[in-house]
Amino acid sequence: MTLTLTLKQLTKTYQGAPALSDVSLSVAAGERVALLGHNGAGKSTMMKIILGLIPHDSGEVVVTGAAPGSAVARRHVAYLPENVAFHPALTGVEQIQSYLRLRGHDPAGATALLDRVGLHAAGKRRIGTYSKGMRQRVGLAQALIGQPRLLVLDEPTSGLDPVSRRDFYALLDGLAAEGASILLSSHALTEVEARTDRILILSRGRMVAQGTLADLRRDAALPVVLQVTPRKGDEAEVAAALPSARRDGAMLVLSCAQDDKLAALARIVALGERVADLEVLPPSLEDIYSHFSHRDGQ
Amino acid sequence: MNRILAIAGTEARIALRNRWVSIAVAMMALFALVLSAAGSTPTGAVGADRLSVTVASLTSLSVYLIPLMALLMSFDAVAGEVERGTLPLLLTYPVSRAEVLVGKLLAHLAILALAVAVGFGIASVAAILQDRAAVAGLPALWRLLWSSVLLGATFLGTGYAISVLARRPSGAAGLAIGFWLVAIVLYDLGLLAAVVADGGGAFTTHVFPLALLANPADAFRLFNLAASQATGAAAGIAGAASSIPVWQSLASILLWPAVTFGIAVLAFRKVTP
Repeated sequence: MTLTLTLKQLTKTYQGAPALSDVSLSVAAGERVALLGHNGAGKSTMMKIILGLIPHDSGEVVVTGAAPGSAVARRHVAYLPENVAFHPALTGVEQIQSYLRLRGHDPAGATALLDRVGLHAAGKRRIGTYSKGMRQRVGLAQALIGQPRLLVLDEPTSGLDPVSRRDFYALLDGLAAEGASILLSSHALTEVEARTDRILILSRGRMVAQGTLADLRRDAALPVVLQVTPRKGDEAEVAAALPSARRDGAMLVLSCAQDDKLAALARIVALGERVADLEVLPPSLEDIYSHFSHRDGQ
Repeated sequence: MNRILAIAGTEARIALRNRWVSIAVAMMALFALVLSAAGSTPTGAVGADRLSVTVASLTSLSVYLIPLMALLMSFDAVAGEVERGTLPLLLTYPVSRAEVLVGKLLAHLAILALAVAVGFGIASVAAILQDRAAVAGLPALWRLLWSSVLLGATFLGTGYAISVLARRPSGAAGLAIGFWLVAIVLYDLGLLAAVVADGGGAFTTHVFPLALLANPADAFRLFNLAASQATGAAAGIAGAASSIPVWQSLASILLWPAVTFGIAVLAFRKVTP
């Protein structure tokens, strides 16, 4: 397995305030990694260090086998900045042509790239007239130039509608299948669910969790919520059978640890016809995310 | 080289869209026409051909106009990218910062050269049409043309340096205009005042020629007036042209573009996007 990106004990301080402390990470070829965190958690700082745009204080950073920002690294790394911007006087096609030339590719490929991100119709219009979502697509198109080995995407889906978002992740799946590593950041776990191989959560410059969604779910060990609706007339009896339940309107709400889930279900099923309905609510992605990002007392 | 040309091509296209090309060409053409019309009075007293006289007028015009145009074209070069947020992405591309600035310089210099060529072309055609003997002034015109481009390069480099250091387009614009005022207008006024106060003393003989050479605009004026036969048509500080060897003013106008551009590149290398 070849590693496209390695961070070892990366530390960065901004005017005395730690922006990143002791962050270690490695990303293999073809791996899709999501970086989650609040505003100011250090996501963009980490990305800019990987790109060689800002220096780091200590630790080791290796990008495609080279130093960050070196000629080799820049040749193999593509970047999509947060709120990507372009000169408003250029058209989408002209802007992509310029980026193609900068990477030593044939500018004739611009239209095909814009087609790939669903912008073919607007390619000849000036970027000044584009919506945020359209600019984001131009940004994505430039990141696709020349089969990059590592794509660093800072909040790539902001400004995209749900359908475009799905198209975007489909595009990433294709790139990863061809062997590109992808590091993308996001505010919300709901957004990256199922579309990434690994999730990292940064909180105030520290890596507080790392793993697949299933890993995070298990590590968080958040309680499962069972909502029981008793049959009319049997409320008192059902409540008596489930003493730990809390009343919520006509429902009884039971919260139990993952390990106790089956036992609790068995007790409810044993009540037979006295139960009109039962809902099992696993912890939501937002719950898991806030569990980790608040864990260190934020 | 391809990367430099890619930057230059994009920059030229932006300048075209922003009307900078048409503004620069129209400005130079207009001033050249006005000068030709004003210069069509008899020139017998000077004893030079009509084109050489026109070159002397164009020199005085260029000293003001070319630095101004160059600074206006360049102040946005880096500060604009910073403000639009386009700089970080550009710097992740396999292109060095020096290449970025060289690309921009190429585009801006081409626009300036075009404007200067059109303006001077109009003036020379007007002069030759009125007086066939004016052809004798063509070498002086050619010299004015390339030295104008070098003067433009000096102030483009200055503009880039200002753009890097100011970081904001509004601040850079203010600084650029301020710099123009000081370097082009106040500098000469100050020298004149000093010369008058000195009354032909050590300042006039030793410091004054060096002070003229140290200013790229003054060196440009010295070079063109000393080299042409129309020194007599020029007044004021240009009268000093005769006392300073041509190679010195030539060295100054050749050196300054490299100095200002070098400063701009060094400053740009220090920028953290």
